[in-house]
Amino acid sequence: MESKVAYETDLNLKATELRLGLPGTDDSEEQALFNARNNKRSFPDASGECGSKSCSDAQHADNETAPPAKAQIVGWPPIRSYRKNNLQPKKTEAEAAGIFVKVSMDGAPYLRKIDLRTYNGYPELLKSLENMFKFTIGAYSEREGYKGSEYAPTYEDKDGDWMLVGDVPWDMFIVSCNRLRIMKGSEARGLGCSV
Amino acid sequence: MSEDDDRSPPLDLRGADIAESSNKTRNCSGVSGSGVPGPGPGPSSMEFQAPYPDQVLENVLENVLQFLSSRRDRNAASLVCKSWCRVEALTRSELFIGNCYSVSPRRATVRFARVRSVAIKGRPRFADFNLMPPDWGAHFAPWVAAMASAYPWLEKVYLKRMSVTDDDLAVLAESFPSFKELVLVCCDGFGTSGLAIVASKCRQLRVLDLIESEVADDDMDWIACFPENGTTCLESLIFDCVECPINFEALERLVARSPSLKKLRLNRFVSIGQLYRLVVRSPQLTHLGTGSFSAAEGPAQGEPEHDYLSAFAACKSLVCLSGFREILPDYLPAIRPVCANLTSLNFSYANINAEQLKSVVLHCHKLQSFWVLDSICDEGLQAVASTCKDLRELRVFPFDAREDSEGPVSEVGLQAISEGCRKLQSILYFCQHMTNAAVVAMSQNCPELEVFRLCIMGRHRPDPVTGQPMDEGFGAIVRNCKMLTRLAVSGLLTDRAFGYIGKYGKLVRTLSVAFAGDSDMGLKYVLEGCPRLQKLEIRDSPFGDAALRSGLHHYYNMRFLWMSSCRLSPQGCQGIARELPRLVVEVIRDEVAEHKDDAVDILYMYRSLEGPRDDAPRFVTILQ
Repeated sequence: MESKVAYETDLNLKATELRLGLPGTDDSEEQALFNARNNKRSFPDASGECGSKSCSDAQHADNETAPPAKAQIVGWPPIRSYRKNNLQPKKTEAEAAGIFVKVSMDGAPYLRKIDLRTYNGYPELLKSLENMFKFTIGAYSEREGYKGSEYAPTYEDKDGDWMLVGDVPWDMFIVSCNRLRIMKGSEARGLGCSV
Repeated sequence: MSEDDDRSPPLDLRGADIAESSNKTRNCSGVSGSGVPGPGPGPSSMEFQAPYPDQVLENVLENVLQFLSSRRDRNAASLVCKSWCRVEALTRSELFIGNCYSVSPRRATVRFARVRSVAIKGRPRFADFNLMPPDWGAHFAPWVAAMASAYPWLEKVYLKRMSVTDDDLAVLAESFPSFKELVLVCCDGFGTSGLAIVASKCRQLRVLDLIESEVADDDMDWIACFPENGTTCLESLIFDCVECPINFEALERLVARSPSLKKLRLNRFVSIGQLYRLVVRSPQLTHLGTGSFSAAEGPAQGEPEHDYLSAFAACKSLVCLSGFREILPDYLPAIRPVCANLTSLNFSYANINAEQLKSVVLHCHKLQSFWVLDSICDEGLQAVASTCKDLRELRVFPFDAREDSEGPVSEVGLQAISEGCRKLQSILYFCQHMTNAAVVAMSQNCPELEVFRLCIMGRHRPDPVTGQPMDEGFGAIVRNCKMLTRLAVSGLLTDRAFGYIGKYGKLVRTLSVAFAGDSDMGLKYVLEGCPRLQKLEIRDSPFGDAALRSGLHHYYNMRFLWMSSCRLSPQGCQGIARELPRLVVEVIRDEVAEHKDDAVDILYMYRSLEGPRDDAPRFVTILQ
C-alpha cells in the first residue's frame, strides 16, 4: 500500500549516488525476487573453471548495460536471493536522503519531524515552523535574539548545547543540529541575551 | 504392530491418566500394569485379560518411553528388539523426517501411529543458491494427504525447503481441528491465499511462523482473516519475509486481542509509526521484528512524532530484536532501553556503520546471538568483541555480495572476535580475504566452536599476507575445536586441507566445500576419515569417480551427498547406484549450462527405503 512510492524515491536518488559498484549492477528491483530462480544467465560460459557456469548478476539479465569486468558465478557467494535483493541503500545524514530532525514546541502535545535539506535557509525554515505550530516568531537580531514574540526557536547541537536558531551560518547549522525546540516565555528571552 | 493399531485414540500420555491407571491396577488383585484399567473403577472399554509376559514389559516400556524425547535416543531404543520397536513407535509423538524422500508418507504413518508433531525437510541446501532448476520436488502434498487420515489430532507442522501449495494449506486447515503450530522455513509455492485459509480455519492456532519463505502476493488480506471476535491463542506471529503490504488496521486489532502474543516479527511494509502503535499495545513481547524501522514513504513533513524511546522502555521482556529492513539510523537510539536485556540481535538487513552500531551494541552485555552486515566494518566487530562476552553465535553477511567488492571486514575483525568472545559456538563470516593466522587464533581462543563457516568470497584466494593456501587455518580449526560438527571451507585449498579434515574432524556431520582441492585424494580423505559425516555438499571441485567410490562404505550412513560441477561421469555415478540399491542416485541436468562432453552437472544422492521417487521432473534422471 505504501511501499511502491518509497521504492521510486530511492531509485531516483540512487541514480545520482556515487558508488564503487560496476555500472548496471544494482540490486533493488522487486522483480528480481521472483525472477531469481528462473533468470539465470545472459552470457555463455567464456572461462570455464572446473566446469562452472558464469553469468551477470541474475537480477540484470534483462538489462543491456555494459557487461561486468568479471562475470559473476551462479550461486556464488552463497547468499540466498532474498537476502541479496532486500538490502536497502544507506540512509545517512550526509547524503541527499535528507536530514531529519525532531521539532518540539513547549506546550504542544506532539513532536514533528522535518527534513532540513528541504529548506534553503533560515527564513524558509522559520516560516515553515510558524505554519506547522501556528505561532509567530519575532524579528531576529544577533544581539537580542527574537524580539516581538514570546517564542524563540532553539536547537541542540552536537555538543549538547542549546543554541538560538540563526546564530551560526546555515550550512553549519544543518550539520550540527540534533533537534529543534521552540521555547516559550522567560527561558526563550534568557537564551536570546546570553548568546 | 496390528494389535496396537486397534487401540483407541491416544490419551495424553504424560497426563494423570497413566499414573491413575497404574495405581488402580496396583491396588487390584496383584495383576500389574496392563495400562488398561482392570476390574475396578474407572473408564474401561476393554475386557480384562491375563497379560502375557511381553505385554507386561511393553506396558512398562510405554510408561517409560513416553519420557524419552530425543529422537536419537528413541532410534536407539527402537533397535533393541521388535517389542521395543513397537512400543517406541507408539509412544513417539514427534516425528522428524530429515529427507522427505528417504521414506514414504505411508510407511511413516503406519509405523508411528500417534504423532502430534511433524518436521519434514526437503530440498538440498545448495538449491537455495540457484544451482538447480526450480520444481525439483519436495512436495508437501502427499504428506499432508497421508497425515490427514492418519493423524487427525495433529498439532504441529514444521517444514524446511518444501514446496507447499495453497491447496496443501487448505487441506491442513481443514483436516486438523487441534492444529496449533505452523512453521515454514525456506518454503515456497504458496501465497497469501493459503495464509488466509490457515488464519480463518485454524481456531486454535498459537504459532504461525514464516521464515525466509517465498510468499506469493495473491492480493488476499490474510491478516483480516483471523477470527474477529474474542481473543486469539496466538503466541507467535512471524511474517517478516512476506513481500507484500498488509492491512495494518487489521493487524492492530489482531494484536490487541492476542493477549498471549510473545513473538511478533513484522515485514518491511510496516512503518515505524505503525510499529509504535503495536509496541505500546504489547509490552509483553519477548521477540520483536521491527519491520522497516523507517518512516512511511516520502520525507515526513508534518507527521506526528512518537516517543519511541518510552515505547521500547516499556518492553521489559524483550530479549530478541530483529527487522530494521529499511532502517533510518536516526531512529536507532530508540532501542537503547532494551539493549541491556537483549540476548539476540539481528541487524543483518540494516546498512549501518560502525559508529551507529556502537551506539547500540556497547550496551548489549548479554548478547548471545548477533547477525549483522559487514557495513559495520572491522571496527564494529571490535566493539562487539569488547562488549559481548557471552556471544555464542555470530553471522556477518556481506552488503555487497560479489567476488570483487570492497570487503569491509577482514582478518582483523575475526581476530578481535576470537579474542573477545571466548564462548563462541557458531560463526558464519563472509569476507573477501582471510589470513591463516586469524583462523588459527580463533581455533585456539574459541575451543567451544561447533560451527565454523568461513566464506572467502574471492574464489581460490590465498592468505594475502603469506601467499599460502588456507590449509593450515582450517587444519587448526578441526584440530583444536574438539566439538566441531559443522564446517564450511573456502579460499585457496589443497588436498592437504582435506587431509586435516579427515584426520581430525571426527565429529563433523556437515561439510560444505566450494572451489577447493587438487585431486580425488581430497574427497577420499574426507569420506574415509569422517565417520560421523551426514551431509556433504560440494561444488566446483576436481573430484571424480574414483573419489566417489571411496565413500561406498559410508553412504548408507549419510543423509545426502551433493556434488555439482565436479568431475563425475554418468558411468561413475551408475556404478554407485548399482552397488548400493538403497541409495537413490539422482543426476540433475542444469538445462541452461553448456554440456562438456558427458560430465555430470549435479549429483544428488541419498539413502531411501522407497527406491526412485515417482515425482521426478524431466531434468532429473535416477540411475539404477
